[in-house]
Order: sequence, then structure tokens, then C-alpha cells
Amino acid sequence: MPNERDELTGTETTGHEWDGIQELNTPLPRWWLYILYACILFSVVYWVLYPAWPWINDYSRGVLGWSRHVELNEEIEEAKAYRAQFVSRIEAASVSEIAADRELLQFTLAGGRSAFALNCSQCHGAGAQGGVGYPNLGDDAWIWGGSLEALESTIRYGIRSEHDETRDMAMPAFKSDEVLDDAEINDVAEFILSLSDSAGDASAAERGAAVYVENCSVCHGESGEGMHENGAPRLSDFIWLYGGNKADVVETISFSRGGVMPAWEGRLDEATIKQLAVYVHSLGGGE
Amino acid sequence: MASTSSDYNYGVVRLFTIATVLWGVVGFLVGVVIALQLAFPVLNLDLSYTSFGRLRPLHTSAVIFAFGGNALFATSYFIVQRTCRARLWGGPLPMFTFIGYQIFIVAAAVSYVTGVTQSKEYAEPEWFVDAWLTIVWVAYLLVFLGTLWRRKEPHIYVANWFFLAFIVTVAILHILNNLAWPVSFLGAKSYVMFSGVQDAMLQWWYGHNAVGFFLTAGFLGIMYYFVPKRAGRPVYSYRLSIVHFWSLIFLYIWAGPHHLHYTALPDWAQTLGMTFSIMLWMPSWGGMINGLMTLRGSWDKLRTDPVLRMLVVSVGFYGMSTFEGPVMAIKAVNALSHYTDWTIGHVHSGALGWVAFVSFGAMYHLVPVLWQRERLYSLRLVSLHFWIATVGIVLYITAMWVSGIMQGLMWRAYDELGFLQYSFVESVEAMHPYYIIRALGGILFLLGALIMVYNLWRTMRGDIRAGEPVVASDPTTEVTPATAAAPN
Repeated sequence: MPNERDELTGTETTGHEWDGIQELNTPLPRWWLYILYACILFSVVYWVLYPAWPWINDYSRGVLGWSRHVELNEEIEEAKAYRAQFVSRIEAASVSEIAADRELLQFTLAGGRSAFALNCSQCHGAGAQGGVGYPNLGDDAWIWGGSLEALESTIRYGIRSEHDETRDMAMPAFKSDEVLDDAEINDVAEFILSLSDSAGDASAAERGAAVYVENCSVCHGESGEGMHENGAPRLSDFIWLYGGNKADVVETISFSRGGVMPAWEGRLDEATIKQLAVYVHSLGGGE
Repeated sequence: MASTSSDYNYGVVRLFTIATVLWGVVGFLVGVVIALQLAFPVLNLDLSYTSFGRLRPLHTSAVIFAFGGNALFATSYFIVQRTCRARLWGGPLPMFTFIGYQIFIVAAAVSYVTGVTQSKEYAEPEWFVDAWLTIVWVAYLLVFLGTLWRRKEPHIYVANWFFLAFIVTVAILHILNNLAWPVSFLGAKSYVMFSGVQDAMLQWWYGHNAVGFFLTAGFLGIMYYFVPKRAGRPVYSYRLSIVHFWSLIFLYIWAGPHHLHYTALPDWAQTLGMTFSIMLWMPSWGGMINGLMTLRGSWDKLRTDPVLRMLVVSVGFYGMSTFEGPVMAIKAVNALSHYTDWTIGHVHSGALGWVAFVSFGAMYHLVPVLWQRERLYSLRLVSLHFWIATVGIVLYITAMWVSGIMQGLMWRAYDELGFLQYSFVESVEAMHPYYIIRALGGILFLLGALIMVYNLWRTMRGDIRAGEPVVASDPTTEVTPATAAAPN
């Protein structure tokens, strides 16, 4: 007995019904079937060309002989070969020689920008703008010096890092080391703020001048101009690494700060360290 | 001669239905929280319990296993009874699966938040929770098989093939991926038996087939009952259902390695993962064709029945994400998409658009039947839910496409001298606006679900919203099934 036909489409049903649901016996859509075959064909061709099927000790290698490791190594070698002409020259040259060579400078700045983004931007910011505790590298205020050579040393050896050559001068913690009492710290803070005309209490600043001369000027200079060799920041400008409010300055004098930067020697190769020094120097304020 | 509904075990189906809806809201809520955490990290609250790392598995497990799992239990227990004309087999066993499964969910959730995890994606619970789930799952299999065995229909309906494939395969996946040595008998910690790339391969064989058999095969079972039921039309093609069922389950199980392109996994395994994913495209689309073409002759119902609209749109999203999946499995595409938000967008077009929408449609159909109400409290609220949730999904997936593709392009951008163009943190910064849009999409989706909870609750109470016209084509009623197909 032939199965019932669906009135609307004229298609035969399969003759079963489950909870009121019937099924039509529509043939497979042709386009569906052909695309399925095409996908299978594509796969078979791909298996012939590329590594595909495993067996006990080995696998089918594919007639192209392609392997991802071979491809990767080739691409890396190609990139290395292209860069080698520049890299070997950078390695041989000093940072000032690099900066004087237009062609080499262009490559160095591109590499430095990339290396900075990968290694330095986490602390100094993607635009080298810095943040609290991390100096802005785009201005002309330098703690340890902004010449090419000084920048190279800072990057290479770090600040208060584990490297033997590290820059390691540290400011005393005047309160916890019991050098100054609270009143003296208050006065000297007012004096320091007066160097950039931001003091609130003129008489305290006056009293603080003497404290400054005795305790601070040896590193920060008579007029607060700072000294690169001691890593002592200039105090007579509006640039503050840890904040320029009175409370921030008092905190710094009382307990010191001692921020650190890692030494990059050993982590980055020679050429990259030099590229970074030249790049940072180019950001605007290099001395 | 049809059995009457009093012969069926609806009690356990009602419990699973309630659990589906409640866990759904929990899962969506946690999703919104972690979406906001990504946009505004301060919302991690600096507490280990509320950190993204612990809440993220809570979200994924809540939506997949708690919401999706309970939906599968509810619908499979309902459908297998109705299409076999047989009561659930096993006496107290169905109730055991309900209680046991909820214990599994609570144990998993508590352990994630307290940091007890074996760190395998979508398989985070430690060994004792895994062992318990295995017992519950075997009981589930027995109930399902026992009911099929005592069926009064000569043939097994297609929805039940999909459910059986889902139950059996998930059992195998679960057991193999969770083989681990507990460190001590009373301790929570265990070590996975495999290591390195073997472990990764097993994990993604599991992970991919959790999508394939839990979220695809199982929910196709739901689609195969509720779409023809709601449309009142016969299933488009029996032959297509056979061919796409067997090709789907045969091909899906091979596709897992596409999650490990460009990793330590050997080239040959990557090739197999990619090519089997491409071959899987049409078998997946077979379900979409059968879903959409079943509406031939009743497309007009989309205007009057928002429940059917939800089901049909879910099939549309299913088609979209099962096309996107094979495309992303192609190595050249994967090189861009891997590890980016594009993957998150892909998952959510499947999870929100397909899995959740087909479940919502099923819940809207089931509740009046199970509580023997004349109709839903309000079809207008269903329509409202539909539109709010759809806008939410579109916001979500478009934000993730843009963010993901941008992220991938930024990571691989080189300048003319071969140096990387961007740092990682720049790509993170660039994603911020899209994270806000994504969170908005999630909030809309959650709002829609809350509207559903209210609507279903009022329906259970037997209320009917005043002033709403009775829709002639609403086929939920048991008394007058409005299926077009006449009985033989």
C-alpha cells in the first residue's frame, strides 16, 4: 500500500507518525549532496598533498614535502638574512655612530620602537609617557642622564638591579633612618616645593633651606638642579616621579622610594639594547 | 491508540524544566559579570572568589551543563515518552538523575569558586565530582534506553537518535578526558593521566565533541521535535535526517585537533582536524535544512507565533555558526582567529543564538503542556523576549567579530623592516569599547531571560494576560493538537 501524500507539497510521507509528527520522504537536496562531495574531494586532495594519516611509526608526509617547522625556519632565516646587514653594523658601531648614520638610524628606530612596545611599554607606557614611579621618557628631565651613552648604560645595567654594574645610588629614608624629625621634614618639603614656586608656607620654607643645604644639596645640588651621576632628580621643576603634592614629597623624604628597573643585558641581544637606547633618545628629550 | 498524558512521567520533566530556567538565569548573570570584569577589571573586587579566573568556568559550566544539561534532560525525557508512547523506564531512576545532576552542578560550582579545579576547559571538576557525574550519566542512559525498549511505536523517532548519540558519546568523552590519579583518598587534588601534547589532544577531542554532541546533537534532538510540532508540518526529509545524522556523528568526532592548530600537535593531526571540520559543514547544515524546510506551507505562522519565531531563528543561528566553524578550522583563517575574541563571538552565536533560543522555544512550548494550562500567560511577552534577546545577541557577536579580527590583525602586524607594529597591551586597550558593547549585549540577553521567567511562572499559576488575543495557531494545548498532519 503506497504511503500517504502530503497535500501541500505532493511528497509521499514515510507512513509513520510520532505524537502527531510525520516525515516526508523528500530526496536529498542536490546542492547539499554536491557540496558534501566537493568537501570530501577537497579533503582527499589535501591529504595527498600534505602530512595527513598516521601509521605505527610514521605518517604520510604528503607529496609537497611540506612541514610547518621547515616553513617556519625558512621564514626566520629569510628575515634574519635581511636584517643581518643592519644588525652586524649596529653591533659594531657605538650608539652615537648609529645615530649619525641615516640608513642605520632608520632601521634602528623601527627596531627600537618595536622592542620598546614589547619590553618597556608595560611600565613606561605605550607612548613612553610614564606614570607614577615610572619616568616619562618623552620629556627633557632625566634622572640618570639622557645622553645616548647614559641611556645605553641605564638600559644595559638597570637601576638598583641585580647586575654588578647597576646604577645603585639610593636616597636615605630621612624619617625611618631617624635623620630628621617631622618638623624638619615638613620644613624641607616646603623648601623643595618653593624651588618650583609651589610652597604654601613661606616661613616653613625659609626654615627648610638650612635643612636642605645640610641634607639634600650634596646630591640634588644647591639650587635643586639635580645630578645625573647620583641619580638625583631635579627638584626645581614641576616634574615629579612620585607626585608633587606636599604629602607625596613628605612621603618621599620620610621613607625614600628606590624604584627599580631590570638590567636588560643578557635578556636582550646587543643590537636590541642599542636600538632601544637610540629610540628612547629620539623620543624628544635626549640630551 | 494514543496514550493519555496521565500515563507519562511529567513530574521529573517539570523539575528539569524549572531547573533549566533557573540555572539559565544564573549562568547568564555570571556571564554579564565576567563580561563587565573584562571591560572594568576593578570589578574583580580583589578577592580570589570573585576573580575572573574562577568565575569564568562558573559561567561556562552554568550555561553548558546546568542550563543546557537540564534543558536536554527535560526535553529528552518529554520527547522520548511522547514519541515512544511509553512511560519513563526505571521507577525512581529518573528522579535520581534529577537530584544527582543538581548535586553535580552545585558541587562543581562550589569547587570552582573555592579554587578546586583540574584546569581542563569545560572539564574543570576534580575527580570525585567526575565520578559522581559518571554514575548519574549511566542512570540517564539506562532510563533512556529502557524507555526506548518499551516503546509502542514500531520505529524510533529521529529526535531520539540524536539524544541517544549525545548520551552515549558524552559518557565516553567524559570518562576518557577525566582519567586522573587522585593524590590521596580524601584529598580533592588529582593528576591527569596523560601529559603534554597527548593530554592537549585528548582535552580538545573532548572539548570539541562537548560542542558536537552536547550542544549540537542533543539540541538537534530538541529541534526535531519542537519545530515540526509547533509548525504543524511534517519533517521536511526523512532521508536527509538519516544521512546527516550518520555523517554528523561520524565526522564530528575527528574535528577536535582544529583547536590546536600551530601548536606542538603534529602536522598530520592538524590536517585531519581541519579537513574533517570542512567535511562536517554539509552534515551540520542538514539539520538546518530539515528545520527550515519543515516550515514550508506554514511560514505565515512566524507572524502569529513568537515561539515558532524563536525556534526558527535558532536554526538560522545554528546554520550560521556551523558555517563559521569550518571556516575558522581552515589553518590560514585560524592563524588569524586563534586566541582572539573571534572565537568567543563564534561560540556565543552558537550558544546564545542556537542553544539558548531553541531551549527557550522548547520551554515556552513545554510549560503549558506540563502544567496542563490552556496557553502561555502572554505571547506578547514572548515576542518582547525574542526581540530584546536578538538585539543582545547581535550586539554581542558583532562586537566580538570586530574586536577579535582587530586583535588578530594587531598581533600579526609588521612594519616594512619586519618589526612588530603593536605591543600586546595596545591590543588590549583597543578592545575596551567592544568589551562594553559585548557586556551590553549580555545584559539585554539576561533581561530577556528574566521576562521569560516571569511569563513561565505566571503560566504555571494558570494566569492569562488580560487583553491578549488568543492565537489560533498556538499548538501548545494538549486537548486540541493543531498539527496539520491527520492521524492515519
